[in-house]
Amino acid sequence: MSVLRKVTYRDAVREAIQDAMHRDASVFLMGEDVGRYGGAYGCSKGLLAEFGEDRIRDTPLAEAGFTGAGIGAALGGMRPIVEIMTVNFSLLALDQIVNTAAAIRHMSGGQFSVPLVIRMATGAGRQLAAQHSHSLENWYAHVPGIKVVAPATLADARGMLWTALQDPDPVVMFEHAMLYNDEGEIAAEGDLSMPIEGAAIRRPGTDCSIITYGGSLKKALAAAAELAGENFNCEVIDLRALRPLDGKTILASVEKTHRAVIVDEGWRTGSLAAEISALIMEGAFFALDAPVARVCSAEVPIPYARHLEISATPQVAGIITAVRGVLRR
Amino acid sequence: MNPSISEKIHLTKEHCTELLRMMMLIRRFEERCAELYGEQKIRGFLHLYIGEEANAVGVMQALTPEDAVVATYREHGHALARGLPLPEVMAEMYGKATGSSRGRGGSMHIFNAERRFYGGNAIVGGGLPLAVGLALADKMNGRPRITCCFFGEGAAAEGEFHESMNLAALWKLPVLFVCENNLYAMGTSLERSESETDICQHAKSYRIAAGSVDGMDVVAVEVAARRAVQAVRDGNGPQFLETQTYRFRAHSMFDPELYRDKAEVEKWKERCPIKRFREWILATGTLHESEIAAIEIAIADEVENAVKFAESSPWEPEADLTRDVLTPIKRSALT
Repeated sequence: MSVLRKVTYRDAVREAIQDAMHRDASVFLMGEDVGRYGGAYGCSKGLLAEFGEDRIRDTPLAEAGFTGAGIGAALGGMRPIVEIMTVNFSLLALDQIVNTAAAIRHMSGGQFSVPLVIRMATGAGRQLAAQHSHSLENWYAHVPGIKVVAPATLADARGMLWTALQDPDPVVMFEHAMLYNDEGEIAAEGDLSMPIEGAAIRRPGTDCSIITYGGSLKKALAAAAELAGENFNCEVIDLRALRPLDGKTILASVEKTHRAVIVDEGWRTGSLAAEISALIMEGAFFALDAPVARVCSAEVPIPYARHLEISATPQVAGIITAVRGVLRR
Repeated sequence: MNPSISEKIHLTKEHCTELLRMMMLIRRFEERCAELYGEQKIRGFLHLYIGEEANAVGVMQALTPEDAVVATYREHGHALARGLPLPEVMAEMYGKATGSSRGRGGSMHIFNAERRFYGGNAIVGGGLPLAVGLALADKMNGRPRITCCFFGEGAAAEGEFHESMNLAALWKLPVLFVCENNLYAMGTSLERSESETDICQHAKSYRIAAGSVDGMDVVAVEVAARRAVQAVRDGNGPQFLETQTYRFRAHSMFDPELYRDKAEVEKWKERCPIKRFREWILATGTLHESEIAAIEIAIADEVENAVKFAESSPWEPEADLTRDVLTPIKRSALT
């Protein structure tokens, strides 16, 4: 049994950056307020003093500019980590991510790879209203040429970054804003790196597959724990990687449980949940005992008032209701 | 490079021949492309550089093979002037597997890693942040090379232009920004798209040294580019060069040109960079008519050979459709 130690998700992200910067001189962090401020979510606190302004690089408010500069620097042999404060700001950099980072390898006939990692916070839960509460992971997961990951656990927050930095292609990493304060234990030593592909079964079960990712994982696990009291044994799958999706793990689980509920903080229409639902229909249609159910955000800009925000986004109660619904069939 | 020679141009017979030859090659290549477009051998968008040849040819003289070049969707001239093999570029126009981008890019996405030619970008202004990043990597690594970024005056209205100007100036990056001002952003004239029509003012507002040059005069462009490149190499941060130019043809093959007078086009054609340079070369006795005729014949052969190469090249197998979407990963690299 390895030695464990206590960290927060924020610590795990910071340690991952710090570790990568020590291991590889071509790694640098660039983004708004990553330096003197210490990161909007505190993920780079203390790193400026340790690595200096060149490698912990504060940028102006110019998402397209500095994200594109990250792409260029990656083409120039660096391994940049571009931090975009939140997913909503990343919309200003969509051109660079979709039109250049994702496309340049293929449209150049394989001549150029972009080994870039773009990290950003995502999700609702802090009463930040419509423009700061999106979950737009599916927008990125839609695009060939990039990889998309959503570390939902401390171990993944600590371990996925290094693997993403070793990847020759752009990796977009979503950190749910409600995870940063989570506390728990990770291995204190040894190789902490984690794969950036493949889903993980966080709770094995036999009655229903709850498929989720990112900030919704703990809600899914809470729902599964409560349902266990009703003698419903749910399997909880953490997708971890949103592109490519691990269809194999999803389908194997549904083959076993014959039921699936997908929990996705994105809006229902055109959501990742819709994609996974289609994937199950195509690959495990005859194994299903009930239609696939989805727990997604309501079709509304996320509102400010606490009760409305809760009502708009997936919650434990809603997941339980959905699981009961498919189990009753 | 020896700084003492970089500012001067020795208009030797050899150098003049090369300037003229390259401009004529680009012209002939594109005229042939237009014909091939009519024959439907080339499809998609085809943006011709005809009239603007002096810009790419002049600027490239100031660059070394170590420098990087970022171009636009009107980049045939830049690609050829940068020394990309003509047959590969023609094959790319055809969409063949032997094309510079294996038929995945076409006219707008010509790349060459060996020549550090970073494309062909169909998003106006999209190449500027890329150039900033290439230069940032060089600066962080203490490499003495520069990045040359071409774009049109239409890009000056884009946010990415301003973000890139600011970043490059703020971080004192080794970038030469070359704005090829051909007066029209597709069909919208400069005065109808910019509140400040002096493009250099935009660069100057970011404290970037900026100057304009006659983009129809290849020697003037080369002189201005050498001066600007030297300033970048000397560590003065980014420099901005506006080349005042004009495209003789339509924006693309789909453009009926309803937005400008034929008389205006004809007036600019009198300033044709090839015609002007050729006249100067003959007047000074640098080359004789017969020598230019020989160059013309050689170019025609070169272009026809490129057409033959493209015609006879294979198509990329459909089985390889998704090749190069992602980079093949050596598993050992992940441990």
